[in-house]
Amino acid sequence: MSVESRPGAGILFFGKPKVIPVIKFHQVHKAYKTEGRMIPALQPCDLEIPAGQIYGLIGHSGAGKSTLLRLINRLEEPSGGRIEVAGQEVTSLQAEGLRAFRRQVGMIFQHFNLLSSKTVAENVAMPLKLAGQMSSSAIADKVASLIKRVGLEEHANKYPAQLSGGQKQRVGIARALSTDPKILLCDEATSALDPQTTGQVLQLLAEINRDLGLTLVLITHEMDVIRRICDQVAVLDAGFIVEQGPVAEVFLHPQHPTTKRFVQEAEQIDEQELHADFAQVEGRILRLTFHGQTTYEPLLGRVAREAGVDFTILSGRIDRIREVPYGQLIVAFNGGELEQAMELLSASDVHLEVMR
Amino acid sequence: MEALLINVDWYEIGIATLETLLMLGGSLLFTVIFGLPLGVLLFLTGPKQLFQQKGFYAILSLITNILRSLPFIILLIVMIPVTVMITGTSLGVAGAIPPLVVGATPFFARLVETALREVDRGIIEATQAMGATTKQIIFNALLPEARPGIIAATTVTAITLVSYTAMAGVVGAGGLGDLAIRFGYQRFQTDVMVVTVLLLLVLVQILQSVGDRLVVHYSRK
Repeated sequence: MSVESRPGAGILFFGKPKVIPVIKFHQVHKAYKTEGRMIPALQPCDLEIPAGQIYGLIGHSGAGKSTLLRLINRLEEPSGGRIEVAGQEVTSLQAEGLRAFRRQVGMIFQHFNLLSSKTVAENVAMPLKLAGQMSSSAIADKVASLIKRVGLEEHANKYPAQLSGGQKQRVGIARALSTDPKILLCDEATSALDPQTTGQVLQLLAEINRDLGLTLVLITHEMDVIRRICDQVAVLDAGFIVEQGPVAEVFLHPQHPTTKRFVQEAEQIDEQELHADFAQVEGRILRLTFHGQTTYEPLLGRVAREAGVDFTILSGRIDRIREVPYGQLIVAFNGGELEQAMELLSASDVHLEVMR
Repeated sequence: MEALLINVDWYEIGIATLETLLMLGGSLLFTVIFGLPLGVLLFLTGPKQLFQQKGFYAILSLITNILRSLPFIILLIVMIPVTVMITGTSLGVAGAIPPLVVGATPFFARLVETALREVDRGIIEATQAMGATTKQIIFNALLPEARPGIIAATTVTAITLVSYTAMAGVVGAGGLGDLAIRFGYQRFQTDVMVVTVLLLLVLVQILQSVGDRLVVHYSRK
């Protein structure tokens, strides 16, 4: 029995009740013209991104994720299809309407894209200055509070070149938030950062999502980023969305080969090593997946006692998907009542997959 | 000392220096006024840029290249009728400035185009994502970001103009270079040659070091 098929699983484990989509794609596609030929970047796709969630798009370079993200604020023009964002038909917006719309959508970038000629405060103030709807003093107040929010009070008058990568991305985040957007697009926001800084930036993004109710759409090539902060994920491969759903479901039970590869990369699983391990043990080999509270229960010992089976743990990982704990163990069972053991595990909400 | 510089007429040298400075200042000012927008236009309409216009860019690029490949001395003479139309005379400092501007503008515009291309494309994209108009992208992002490069381009152009002014003697504009040719070279007055060349050297040195300092001052990288 899988985790997601349990009644109430959505509320318990995926954090948020179902909400209206803030971004809708209807058969949107995009092809680039290169040397007279049309090269498809994104195949016709339908997508619904729920308001207030963190939606991850994962794919290798060239998979179309960057194109998909840029279609949302029309930095890329779609070749066809309809895009709706916050009730507005983005695809039909004209120049002035498009500019006003873009102010409701913040964006941060892998290489930060800060203006090197402007200070931190000037960079953060830029979208407000360009909009030209606020007085200088109102802008100054707002900029000060944004800089405080991202923890850069001491660096307001520095130039980007004087900051570390993590600090630069914080400036990028403050800048993107300055026009009070409803949506924040994150283009590989942590790919240029070291692991520790990545953690801090992801935490800041999760806080922004929680505190401001902002919808975040982020693209990445690291499953780990998806696991840590996303609610939903779509996997892209060669311009197709090959898999999508709640992160727990996709991460714990990947279906498509591309998704499986991403998960294996994140889990650092080596197929060959694993099969070499299999040769060393007897009996039935199962992959047990725990999600949520089950992770903390002393299940294996209890099942071993009740069904009289012995077990060997071959590989395992206990971690969290967003805030929710999960565990995935590969276990070889020997002797006793195997059927009973499997029933007991299933009854305790453990997902079973027979490996051998 | 007096014996060494026997042919040097310091009054003449003073006048020539002033003429050189006038030609340089006047032509540099107009070169920047015309060259900067032209450079921006070349950049924007160039390949894979904001307003990519293949045909327009090709024509603009060709005109720029033709003007750049014309030897300045030829330009100076070919331009005489146009110069008369603009300044009323083809002689003196006023007669030299239009050809100097026409000669230096395409050169400066190309340097500006290159400086703008150095600006990270991501910055343009980020500014677009803020909902900026094209005008805002140019004035609030592109030009400030390319400022050190544009200052360096201005420095190189100014120094190029100094060497162009030496040829302006052909239309009687005077200047230090003209003095060096007429007295130093043609009359074998080595002392005049040395003094004028030294003065030109000092001028170039000053231009370069001021330019370099400004570049450092405005570079935040």
